[in-house]
Amino acid sequence: MSDVLVVSILTGPGLARSDAATVGFGRQVAEKLGCEVDLLVVGSEPAAAADEGAKLPVRRVLVAKHADLADGTGEARTAAIAAAAQQGDYRLLCAASSTNTRDCLPRLAARLGGPMASDVVEVRGADADAIALTKPCFSGNLLQEIELCGARNVATVRASAFDAPPETAQSASIEEVQLSGELNHPRKRFVELQKTELTRPELTEADVVVSGGRGTRGAEGFKLLEELADLLGAAVGASRAVVDSGWMPNDFQVGQTGKVIAPKLYLCAGLSGAIQHLAGMRNSKTIVAINKDANAPIFEVADYGLVADLFEAVPQLTAAIRAAREAS
Amino acid sequence: MKIVATVKRTPQRDTKMRLTDGGGLVTDQIQYEVNPFDELGVEEALVLRDKLGGEVVALAVGPDAVNEQLQTALAMGADRALRVDTDGELDPLQTAHALAGAIEREQPDLVLMGKLAIDSEQGQVTLMLAELLGWPHASFASRVEPAADGSSLRVTCEVDGGLETVDLDLPAVVTTDLRLNQPRYASLPGILKAKKKPSDVIPLAEFELPEAGLRITGYRALPAREKGEMLESAEELAQRLLAKNLV
Ligand SMILES: Cc1cc2nc3c(=O)[nH]c(=O)nc-3n(C[C@H](O)[C@H](O)[C@H](O)COP(=O)(O)OP(=O)(O)OC[C@H]3O[C@@H](n4cnc5c(N)ncnc54)[C@H](O)[C@@H]3O)c2cc1C
Repeated sequence: MSDVLVVSILTGPGLARSDAATVGFGRQVAEKLGCEVDLLVVGSEPAAAADEGAKLPVRRVLVAKHADLADGTGEARTAAIAAAAQQGDYRLLCAASSTNTRDCLPRLAARLGGPMASDVVEVRGADADAIALTKPCFSGNLLQEIELCGARNVATVRASAFDAPPETAQSASIEEVQLSGELNHPRKRFVELQKTELTRPELTEADVVVSGGRGTRGAEGFKLLEELADLLGAAVGASRAVVDSGWMPNDFQVGQTGKVIAPKLYLCAGLSGAIQHLAGMRNSKTIVAINKDANAPIFEVADYGLVADLFEAVPQLTAAIRAAREAS
Repeated sequence: MKIVATVKRTPQRDTKMRLTDGGGLVTDQIQYEVNPFDELGVEEALVLRDKLGGEVVALAVGPDAVNEQLQTALAMGADRALRVDTDGELDPLQTAHALAGAIEREQPDLVLMGKLAIDSEQGQVTLMLAELLGWPHASFASRVEPAADGSSLRVTCEVDGGLETVDLDLPAVVTTDLRLNQPRYASLPGILKAKKKPSDVIPLAEFELPEAGLRITGYRALPAREKGEMLESAEELAQRLLAKNLV
């Protein structure tokens, strides 16, 4: 029987929350097919992540370790995953959607000669002919139902749409992937990664996100939102307009072409709610919007709305929450 | 430098697509444009050509209707257009094969493509093409700097953790992100000139394609959100969030 391979591209010492959720996705498909799930960790120092992975409900953990995978290029990662794919009989190779996986899995699909689904949010079914999945389309405005019919198939998964499975008591076996020679493309050289300094939680991992739009007028308004974020232990996000203006770094952008998140609470101010922005946050559990325009589209998805000037309302909100916390 | 910029025909960027009762797409009365990310690719191609000399070829795979978008690329300043003619729907890997066929004939130094098409939102054809050609790629470019001799590029890429920089020796595939440039509008003289520029068509049958592995079986609306509550003051909002244990 052909199995499912969940791929984790490591960006730190351990697995990301999204990797466990992708194992959850993989198990949904495997249960329908009656097959096994393996995990592949890809990196230059993957030992700790492999041990962590062995506690997940997978048959075995494959470890692709190579110096070229430190600041891995998409080409090097493609080569590593393709080598791992030879160590089993995999019908579906999948990974949590991120810029890293979007930068290699389509290459992998072409190398394997199979079709791919991007940003999967639902498993509808799977049998000998097809794996039936659902994904967003048209700026996140609709859902598209698709079937992967290849002998080998590839998918990226929206981690926020799947639950991480509980850890298991026994641990899975760990096997090394045989990698030989250089993995990088001879015509591509990694130069540097300029990491955004984070003083607050990371957007995709946070339970609470406080986000601002053009209405913040930049640092002036963001200072107010950051005070609220610090009180709530929240991550800070932004609309494209804010990032385009250089007020916030590129990886703070929420939306179709930024990060897609589904925190417990998404609180935004001075942000109109363009469809491309909604695509990135409309699955948040609770949405709160503050905007001075009562007709702003953000109110169509908000659970709680306040028509107000954010320069007055945000400090009032922060003060009221702080006062209530101090009183209790 | 010879540059190919690929162009897809997609519904205008703020279109709210609707469904028929049977779960199909309502397509009448939809206005189409060049996929916004491809438009960034065309613009970057023009900038590079104007700096280094050479030629920009706008390339599309699709039916006659796509000529409208190729004309837009020509009106922006591309030198000629090339269309791989097909009426049928191709899946991303098939599209990549069709593009690879055309690109092997053209032998450009660089292929610029949008990182995503805003209709299907798959973001696959780009890297599938790079793989089929055996070329290196850079994804999500926000800055492209050519070496003085035009043999390589330094590309800054917008990634989840910040900004990544890579060097590519050409030929290569580069995909565009939103902050790469500000695409120009087609001028009236540009539009008139476009009509006289060379425009070629290659029948799809000239290329060998794999079987389609991806089937689209239907569309669905997003699950509706419950109607929200409008509050009167920040104080009231705070009380509501506290009462619901949200903060
Ligand atoms: C291909 C493509 C991809 C895109 N991808 C993304 C994406 O990923 N993410 C994204 O966010 N956008 C994206 N966009 C851009 C999107 O279309 C909008 O332009 C953008 O989201 C608008 O940002 P905004 O809401 O901050 O600004 P605006 O639309 O200008 O809204 C500002 C809001 O602030 C309110 N306001 C102003 N002053 C105050 C005040 N003092 N108090 C309270 N409210 C105030 C106004 O009423 C208004 O509603 C994309 C666009 C395209 C074409």
